[in-house]
Amino acid sequence: MNGRDSHDLAVRVRGLTRRFGERAVIDTLDLDIRKGEFVALIGASGCGKSTLLRILADLDHGITGEVRVPQRRAVAFQAPRLMPWKPVWRNVTLGLPGGDQRRRAEAALAEVGLSHRSDVWPKVLSGGEAQRTSLARALVRDPDLLLLDEPFGALDALTRIKAQHLVAELWQRRRCAVLLVTHDVEEALLLADRVLVMREGVIARSIPVTLERPRRLDNPVFAALRGELLDLLGVSDDVAGRRAA
Amino acid sequence: MTSGVATLSREAPSPTLGRAVPRLRAEAHPHASVTDAPELVLVQPEAEKRRGLPRPLRRAIGPVLLVAIWHVLSVTDVLSPTVLAGPATVLSSAASLWATGELQAAILASLGRAASGLAIGGTIGVTLAVISGLFRLGEDLIDSTMQMLRTVPNIALIPLFIIWLGIGEAPKVALIALATAFPLYLNVYAGIRNVDQTLVEAARTLGLSRPAMIRHVILPGALPNALVGLRYSLGVAWLALVFGEQVNATAGVGYLMNNAREFFQTDVIVVCLVVYALLGLIVDFIVRLLERVLLAWRPAFSGA
Repeated sequence: MNGRDSHDLAVRVRGLTRRFGERAVIDTLDLDIRKGEFVALIGASGCGKSTLLRILADLDHGITGEVRVPQRRAVAFQAPRLMPWKPVWRNVTLGLPGGDQRRRAEAALAEVGLSHRSDVWPKVLSGGEAQRTSLARALVRDPDLLLLDEPFGALDALTRIKAQHLVAELWQRRRCAVLLVTHDVEEALLLADRVLVMREGVIARSIPVTLERPRRLDNPVFAALRGELLDLLGVSDDVAGRRAA
Repeated sequence: MTSGVATLSREAPSPTLGRAVPRLRAEAHPHASVTDAPELVLVQPEAEKRRGLPRPLRRAIGPVLLVAIWHVLSVTDVLSPTVLAGPATVLSSAASLWATGELQAAILASLGRAASGLAIGGTIGVTLAVISGLFRLGEDLIDSTMQMLRTVPNIALIPLFIIWLGIGEAPKVALIALATAFPLYLNVYAGIRNVDQTLVEAARTLGLSRPAMIRHVILPGALPNALVGLRYSLGVAWLALVFGEQVNATAGVGYLMNNAREFFQTDVIVVCLVVYALLGLIVDFIVRLLERVLLAWRPAFSGA
């Protein structure tokens, strides 16, 4: 892979280890993410992918090794984590330095298609709207690195598709580096430039996805990549063949 | 009607459902007879469930009935005036106490005591709760002390307060302050400690400074509990007021009541009790209003 110079990187991790008791959830892990690159991180549950994201988000400090991330980061979690006591637009600008907050909140909310909801309480938002608010809250910070921790995991299937399209569109416009943690192989392939498979505390495989955007599920290359990733995760795609796996 | 429904359920599901089709078919027992169809019950629309009196009126039924029974018992002399004066007598003595200005003066004196006691006790309780809620050092220094002191029945401290502070206003206000400090302390402290950790974490990723975190996340998160504490505090403030005013008061509702006892004026005693009750109701109403305004954001169950 080209562009290994550190000034070209949005994330640089060397020899990262995170232990919970005796168990090393992350074990001397290396990771580079280029500026503007969309990386998806998949892996079985409990493989340490969320822990890695939390470390990059500066939420977990019990680590050894070297971790470099940009100053301007933003996180969207699986649950939207909006402050219920703040109206939507104030949630978007919470902790945002500088003036003109209302206008900036409105702009970010317009970007996720929620202009009409800026004055309501979070309790009246639907699941998808709350998640979009959480995205607007991340985007308004104009991050160099956007960390997405299974942000579509709690959405219903139809809303999830819309939200994935939205993220693809926002990334095309913003071109910030993105790390998307997910357990959904199709989602990873639809969105990412590169899919990382995490296993036993390290990045076991890094698979570039060179498909043209927008991507289609019925593309044969897509299907082949999907099969390969499922194999790596130890899951057979074929329902009848599940016994053999 | 049942046969019609049974026919419907036997129809093949739409093929657009894809994979779900075989499962649905398996459930639609093709050999089941018409009589096996489940009996259907009507789901009632909410508008039809609500009938009868509007709620405020319904809530008034109990108190009105109680007063009516009391009136009947008084008029029929089952209740003698030396035991308990009837509502009519109570009403007329209330009117005459109001006309002389005695009642207003007493209410103002009592309210002033309650307010200053609550202000002092509330400030102390909330301040200590914020310190021990936010800082571990504060918790270690304050919390065990408060937990120990709160088990002392504060009414039992009246003799000490009289020795320390005399028999003027000070011991009465001190008693109310002491009584109100604890419920506020306990609830605000619990509120701070129960703030959703995931929200605190999210706020940290948004780059909130510690003071901003306290202002925008922790204190608003503790507000529901704080208002519960305020309600408790107001409840015990009234209790402490009644006890405090039995001690050498020269003004206030308690003073009025003590005087009435000397002359067996059960009507005046009842007037004072009603005043206490009304003041309690009004204050409770204010807190409810406060909750509705301050907690409008809260998605909470509001009763069926």
